[in-house]
Amino acid sequence: MDLSLIIMQLFSGIALAAVLVITALGLTIVFGMLGVVNFAHGALFMIGAYAGLYLASLTGSFWWGLLLAPVLVGAFGMLIEFVLVRRLYGRSIDDPLLLTFGLSYILVEGVRIVFGSDGIPFPTPPQLIGVVDLGVGFFPKYRLFVIALVAVVLLVLWLMLERTRVGLIVRAGARDPQIMRVLGVDIGKVWLAIFGLGVGLAALGGVLAGPMRSVNPEMGTLVLAEAFVVTVIGGLGSIVGAVVAGLMVGICISMVALFAPEMATIVMFALMAAVLLVRPQGLFGLKGRA
Amino acid sequence: MAVESTGEASSLSQSRRLFAVLSDHRVLVSLVALALLPWLLPSKALAVNVLIYGVVVMGYNLLFGYTGLLSFGHAAFFGTGAYLTGIAIGRWGLPWFAAVPLAIAAGTALAVLIGAISTRTRGIYFSMVTLALAQLVYYVALQASSFTGGENGLRGFTVDRIDLLGLQINFLDPVNKYYVLMAFAALALWVQSRILNSPFGAVIEAIRENEQRARACGYDVERCKLIVFMLSGAISAIGGCMSALHLSIVPLDSLHYQTSGMIVMMVLLGGARSFFGPFIGAATFLILEDVVSLWTPHWQIVVGAIFVVFVLFLPKGIWGTLLDVLPFARERR
Repeated sequence: MDLSLIIMQLFSGIALAAVLVITALGLTIVFGMLGVVNFAHGALFMIGAYAGLYLASLTGSFWWGLLLAPVLVGAFGMLIEFVLVRRLYGRSIDDPLLLTFGLSYILVEGVRIVFGSDGIPFPTPPQLIGVVDLGVGFFPKYRLFVIALVAVVLLVLWLMLERTRVGLIVRAGARDPQIMRVLGVDIGKVWLAIFGLGVGLAALGGVLAGPMRSVNPEMGTLVLAEAFVVTVIGGLGSIVGAVVAGLMVGICISMVALFAPEMATIVMFALMAAVLLVRPQGLFGLKGRA
Repeated sequence: MAVESTGEASSLSQSRRLFAVLSDHRVLVSLVALALLPWLLPSKALAVNVLIYGVVVMGYNLLFGYTGLLSFGHAAFFGTGAYLTGIAIGRWGLPWFAAVPLAIAAGTALAVLIGAISTRTRGIYFSMVTLALAQLVYYVALQASSFTGGENGLRGFTVDRIDLLGLQINFLDPVNKYYVLMAFAALALWVQSRILNSPFGAVIEAIRENEQRARACGYDVERCKLIVFMLSGAISAIGGCMSALHLSIVPLDSLHYQTSGMIVMMVLLGGARSFFGPFIGAATFLILEDVVSLWTPHWQIVVGAIFVVFVLFLPKGIWGTLLDVLPFARERR
C-alpha cells in the first residue's frame, strides 16, 4: 500500500479524533467536577448540530452558527442542571445517569417533532470547500479547519484551567468540594458553569461534525457510545486522557477503515475491551475512581 | 368505639397476613395474574409483549435491582436469545425445543464474556462499558448480514405448531401462543424466585448494600457479580427466545441501545428490587406506548417525561411506592 495514502488517512483520523476529543472532553470535565455522567451528552451533541444548522440558515453564515450554537445549547445545559440534575446531588450516582437518559429520549423526540425524522444535509461553509495540498496529497480544507479549531479550543481550555484563578477553583473543587465551600466558594455556581461548559463542548462537537456526518435525530446514539469509549480508555475525569484516547480511537478507526471498512466501528469497542483488561481505570484514570 | 378500633386492627392484621401469604407464593401469584392478563388487556398482542418484556426485565432486575449494577447493555442478551432461536430454526433446521436451550446457552455465554470485562469496573464505569460492549454486539450483527440478515433483521423461521407429548398446538392462534409462551415465563419466574431465596440471593443484596462489608465477610465479590451477570443474561435470553417465537422475525433493533434503555425504563417504572416490579413496569410502559401512540406518533416524548418524573419523585417505581404507602405491605418486598 502507498505510503502517502496512509499519511492522508492518518490526517482523516486526526480530524475524526478532533470531534471525538471535544465531545468526550465535555463528558469527562462534567464527571470530574460533578461526579455525574451525562447520558444526554449524545442527544445534546445532536441538538448542537441542529442548532448550528438552524442558526446558520437563519443568519446566512456558518460562522454565526458555529459561535452561537455552543453558547445557546450550553445555556440550555445550565438550565438542565439548575432545574433537574441539581435535585439529585447526594442521591445514588445512578440517579443523575437515569435522569439524563430519560432526558435524551425527550430531546431526540423533540427534534423529530420540530425538524422531522429524516436526515438533513449540513452544507460546508463556502470558504472551506475544496482541498489543500499537503505535499503528500490533497486534504479537505474543512477537516484541516476542524483540527486547527479543536487545537485552539484545547489550548484555551488548558490555559483557563491551569493559569487562571477560575481554573484553580475548578481544579480544587474537583478534589474536594466541601473544603471549597468552607473557603467561601459558591460551589453550586461552579457546578452550574461546568455543566454548561460540558454541554457547550458537546454542541461544538455537533456543529463541527455536521458537515462531515449527516445530521439526523439518531446521530447522538453512536456519538454517546464513542464518547464513552474514549473516556473509558482515557480514564473518566482525566482531560489528558480524553485527548490521548480520542486521538488513539480516531486514528485507529480511520486506519482500520483503510484495510477493513466493515470493522471500523467495531475496532474501537475492541480497543476499549483490551484497555479495560489491562487497566480497568483507564490509561490516565485514578485507581480509586474506576 | 373500642370495638370498632379492634375490628380495624384485626382487619389490618388479616390483610397483612393475606399479603404475607401472597408474597410467599410469589411465583404462583405472578402466574395467576399473567394467566388472566390476555383477558384484561385490550389486545392479545399487548399481553404477549408484557409477558416477553416482563421476563427480560425480570432478568435485568436481578442485576440492577438486587445487585445494584446499572447495566445499559441488556439488549445484547435479549437479542442474542432471539437471533440464536431464529438462526437455529431457520438456518440449521432444528426443532424449537432444541433451538431454545441452544439460544439460552448462547445468551448465557455472551453474558459471561461481557460480564467478565464489565464487572472488572465499578460504579459509573460499569454502565458505560456495558453500553459500549452491547453496541459492539449490535455492530457485529449489522456487519454479519449473511448470518443475521443485517439491517432487515432475521426472517424465515415461522413456528406454526408446537408438538408436545403427542399434543399438537396451533401456534398461530394468539391465545394458544400466549399460554405456550407463558410456560417459558413460568420457568423464568421459578428460576428467579429460587435464586432470590437462596443464600446467593442474600449475598448479592449484601453486595448492593455494602460492597466492602460483603468483601470483608469473605465473599468473593467479583465472582458473585460475574455469576449474577450470567444468570441475569440467561433469563433475559429466555425473553429473547420468546420474542423470536412470537414475532417469527428478529429485528436488528432488538440488539440496539434503545432496547437496553427501554428495559431500564421498564424496571424503574415498575419498581426495581421487587419481584413483581418488572412485570408491572413492562405492562405500564407498553400500555402507555399503546395508549399514547393512539393520539401522537411522538409517544416517546411522553414516556420520557414520565420516566424523568419517576426518577425525580418516585425512584422506587409503582410497586415499590405502593409497598411504602399501603399499611399492610410495610416491611415486605
